[in-house]
Amino acid sequence: MIRLTRKYQFAASHRLHSDQLSPEENRETFGKCNNPFGHGHNYQLEVSVRGEIDSTSGRAIDITAFDRVVNDHVLLPMHHANLNTDIEEFAALVPTSENLGRVVDRRLREAWQSAFPRGPELDGIRIYETERSIIELAGAR
Amino acid sequence: MFIIKRVEFSASHACRNPQLSDEENRALFGSAANPNGHGHNYTLEVTVAGEPDPVTGMVMDLKELKAILNRDVIDPYDHRFLNYEVPPFDRVVPTTENIAVDIWRRLKPQFENGRPRLHAVRVYETPDLFVDYFG
Repeated sequence: MIRLTRKYQFAASHRLHSDQLSPEENRETFGKCNNPFGHGHNYQLEVSVRGEIDSTSGRAIDITAFDRVVNDHVLLPMHHANLNTDIEEFAALVPTSENLGRVVDRRLREAWQSAFPRGPELDGIRIYETERSIIELAGAR
Repeated sequence: MFIIKRVEFSASHACRNPQLSDEENRALFGSAANPNGHGHNYTLEVTVAGEPDPVTGMVMDLKELKAILNRDVIDPYDHRFLNYEVPPFDRVVPTTENIAVDIWRRLKPQFENGRPRLHAVRVYETPDLFVDYFG
């Protein structure tokens, strides 16, 4: 088994705000991130896959096909987007890095089976909101 | 506890399988199949697992680890054309995946008594692409 990881970037804006909280509670919970106009990040996304090395190609995955799945399902919709208004999952979900991780993970997992029916498996993802703030889902190191 | 040592080497390679035709190699690997090769600055991270020795406080003597990495990986790999100069890449396509497996094979014998244990080999072909191999 080998794990291969590819790193991507996208820039998006968001505002951390919950309709279930009062304006005061929102400010208290999210601080500056609750600024009504929103703010942006250069997100970095790491996607890891795990599988066996194909004996002919020496590769664990077709990188072009890998890039295409991530592009189509994550980067194209999210790059230069406002996560709160442009990404349907966030209509009623606060776009924290944690929830963004869940959304990205779900999108990739839904697309994975038809894109790579014979493997490799999607291992996990990691999202850097900044260099110092990182979330990780499932097997990704 | 894990300790991770990072080293770098620069090498050229061509991603082509000698059993395939030029056309098939181009279809499979794109521009990376160029028979004249191209190069990368590879970064290797080796993770060693163990408990700190009660006397030295070390999981492993880092001088020793550095010497092993230099002798078994950097010396044979650095400033080489992998396909022509570094077996098994005369027969095996030198993808990042296969490089990680080969480096593991080269290092494993130095950790045979299991203390400390070789835990992982991570090879970055570029900052945006890396593989992990755990044996």
